[in-house]
This record gives sequence, C-alpha cells and structure tokens, in this order.
Amino acid sequence: MEHSNERIRVIVAKVGLDGHDRGVKIVARTLRDAGRDVIYTGLHRTPEEVVEAAIQEDVDVIGISILSGAHMTVFPRLVELLKARGADDILVVGGGVIPDDDLPKLRALGVREVMLQDTPPAAIVEMVRRVVAERGAR
Amino acid sequence: MAYIPSRELEAGVLAGDTRAIARLLTRAESGTAEARATLDAMYAHAGRAHVVGITGVPGSGKSTLVARLAAAVRMDGRRIAIVAVDPSSPYSGGAILGDRIRMGELAGDPGVYVRSMATRGALGGLARGTLEAVDVLDAAGFDIVMIETVGVGQDEVDVARAAHTTVVVSAPGLGDDIQAIKAGILEIADIHVVSKCDRPDANRTIADLKNMLALGLKSGTDHVFTAALAGDNPVAKTWSVPDFAEKTWSVPDFKAAPNSSWRPPIVATSSPRDEGIAELLAAIDRHRGAMEANGEIDARRSLIAERRMLAAGEQILREQFARHRDGKIAALLHDVKARTLSPHSAAEALLRDLHIGGES
Repeated sequence: MEHSNERIRVIVAKVGLDGHDRGVKIVARTLRDAGRDVIYTGLHRTPEEVVEAAIQEDVDVIGISILSGAHMTVFPRLVELLKARGADDILVVGGGVIPDDDLPKLRALGVREVMLQDTPPAAIVEMVRRVVAERGAR
Repeated sequence: MAYIPSRELEAGVLAGDTRAIARLLTRAESGTAEARATLDAMYAHAGRAHVVGITGVPGSGKSTLVARLAAAVRMDGRRIAIVAVDPSSPYSGGAILGDRIRMGELAGDPGVYVRSMATRGALGGLARGTLEAVDVLDAAGFDIVMIETVGVGQDEVDVARAAHTTVVVSAPGLGDDIQAIKAGILEIADIHVVSKCDRPDANRTIADLKNMLALGLKSGTDHVFTAALAGDNPVAKTWSVPDFAEKTWSVPDFKAAPNSSWRPPIVATSSPRDEGIAELLAAIDRHRGAMEANGEIDARRSLIAERRMLAAGEQILREQFARHRDGKIAALLHDVKARTLSPHSAAEALLRDLHIGGES
C-alpha cells in the first residue's frame, strides 16, 4: 500500500481543570516506545483547543486522560466538535477514573475505547493499533 | 474509509483548507511516493512566504518565543505557520512532540497553523520532510513560515540553509553552554536572541555574546536593545541603550553575499513579560528588507535551492541503497568485509550498477 509508511499519530490531552498528568505522561511515553509520534498538549486545554490541534496535527487518534469526573461533559463535546469540523475520521479514546456505568454511554456517543486504571501499557498500544486499523486509510 | 489521492488535496491546500493542508503535510513527512507529484506542484506554487528559522540549545525558550512571535505577527494581520521539530527516539523511532504545550494561546486563530514533526533520524536539527512541509504551508498562503528546530548542540546548522532569516536563541544560566554554541550555531545567526532576560544573569549572557561577536570581526553595529533589560532588573540598569549604540560590533559574513551590509543584532527578550518580542519581529522584517535591498535574498534562494537539490539526491541514494540491501549490496559486502575491496570502490561499483535516476 502506498500510504503504509504513514506513522500512526496520536494526540494525548488533558482537558479542563484536571491537573493529574502522571498517567498521561506514562501513556505518552508508552506510545513513544512503541514507535508512535505522540503530541502532548499539556494541561488545562479546552475541547476546542484539542480538536483544533488534532486537525492541524492530522492525528489518527485523540486520547483523553481524565480523572476529574467531567468525562460526561468533555467527551460529548469533543465528538460533537469533530463532527462539526468534518473530522470524525479522527478517533476518540479515553482513559482514567470513570465509573463502569458510564462506559456504555460513552461508547454510544462514539468514543471508541475507554481504558480504566490497571490497564497494562501494552494493551494501550494494541488498542491504538486496532482502532486505527479498523478505521483504515484516509 | 477511502484513501484520498494527494492530487485531490491540492485545491484545498491552495485555498488554505486546514484538513487538506494537514493531510498533505503527513504525506510530505512520510515521504509517501503517491504524493510526489503533488508536492512538486506545491514547490512550484511556493516562494512567497518569508521562511524564518528559530534555533538554539534545548530549554533556551524557543517554543515559548515562537508562540509570542506568532501572536505579534497576528497583531499586524499577517498569517503564520509554524513547523516545530522535536527528536525521535533512536531506539523505538517514536517521539513525544511537546512544542504545542507552549503554544496554547494560539489555538482557535485560523491565521495560525502549528505542526509538530519528529526528526525520524535526521541529524541536522530538522526532519526529513520539513522543507516540503514548508513548501505546502507557503503554497497555502501563509505570509511567514517559521521553522523551530530541535534543541541543538554545536553543528546542527541545516536550518540556515533552509530559512531566509535565521534566529539563534541563547539563554542565560547555561554557563559553559555558551562555549558549546560558539563554534557552529552562533555563526549562522542573522539575529541573536538572548531569552529569559527577566533573569539577572541575562546581562552576562549578552556580554559573552557581544564579546564573542567582537572577536576577529570587522565593523559596524546594528544592535537592538529592549525594555526587557530595564524595568526592575537592577543589574540590567547598568546597561543603558546609548552605551550600546555607540559601540560597534559585527560578525563576518559567514554565508552572506559579498555586498551584505547586515550586522546581526542582539535582541533581548522576555516571553512571560512579552518584552522584546515586537523588537524581534521588527528585526526579522528589517532583515528581510535589507536582503531585498542588497540582493542577498537572491543569493540565499540559490543557496537553499542548491542544498535542497543535494539533499534530495542524497535521499534518493539512501532509498536506492535500502532497496538493494539484500541484492547488489549483499553481493559486494562479502568482499568489503574481507578487505579485498574497499568501501569506496564498492560504492563506485554499486553506483555504476544502479543507474541512479530512473526506476531500477
């Protein structure tokens, strides 16, 4: 395939007031060590900033780390903004502290995967590879 | 989801469509063969933007400075694109691209485009696809395209052969790192920046830089000094602007046309205080104006064209070598390893055999 040398690009982001960035840094490092190009936005971004950055950076995946409990606000907004920009080929995944009851709701919104605490690093790498493969070339 | 052919992105890029630009940049970065013709078309459309390189040691404040500069560029209505290069891991090939962390304030402005790039093994401070990315952004109509290099050491000076104006950032408090930048990096500067000038030791850095520039040099001065050195910084007050203006410092014309009259100024900046930023942008614009007045812009364009041709040639050779690694190269390898054939002779034999240029 002619485009097979395009590397998987991932943006990892922290949205809102959530200041816990140890997890997101570990995820960024894990993906780096798996050969991915990882863009890290830093703390306290708005969904608008993350979507704009994701589009400019042409990422395959947006990974949101969220430990603040605001996931039912942040994820719908992200998905909605991507749709409005015609960019819903960019996949949204997440991780952090999220109640089990919310998982089906997030999936129904269009969040591809949510990985909770105690997820082994290799599972994150594999999940990113899989969701991008499922989407296919663009 | 279907693959969008690169030629279908061309119109979108020329119209400034962010998604089309973003896709084509990915292909430029990846060296996608399918995008070759489209990138060549972009090269033909490009040539209007002022390409500015920002380089300096790691932690010297390049990203923060670029964010501030971009805001200043926007103030007078011009559009700016930034290509920010960060290193790839030599082990995994992956990268963490963190330059955007400093550029959050630029989000949401359609007149600013920021793209992060990983070096992917390139050693000169840029990434392999950086210059083609610059072409794409130039063709998309950005007035200024800024290249922020990786944090550099002594001789990653590729940016000077890619940009019209090269800004070298030095930061205070790095001690012996001043030594490190003396030999290579400092020589490529069209403009020197001393960042973090809200720090008291900034004057030391400025003095070091000034003394270094004075060694073995000709004449003339074109210094810019800014409010960053005044204010509540007690040490800074000892450096008055008239004092500097009377002195004459200059650097040799390392790469300039013989008739160049440009003297690299030193601009003191403080990003958190937003000081020296307007002065830096003014210096960049003045450099452009000076080059256009004395014809040096033409000399630089020649230099850049030549370097790019050479680099493209090297790239083609590398790809050819990679393609023949198991065949023709393996056949020669035995003799080279046994020292019955020198590496040089083997390379010549290989090049004769490869018919470089066409598909083989």
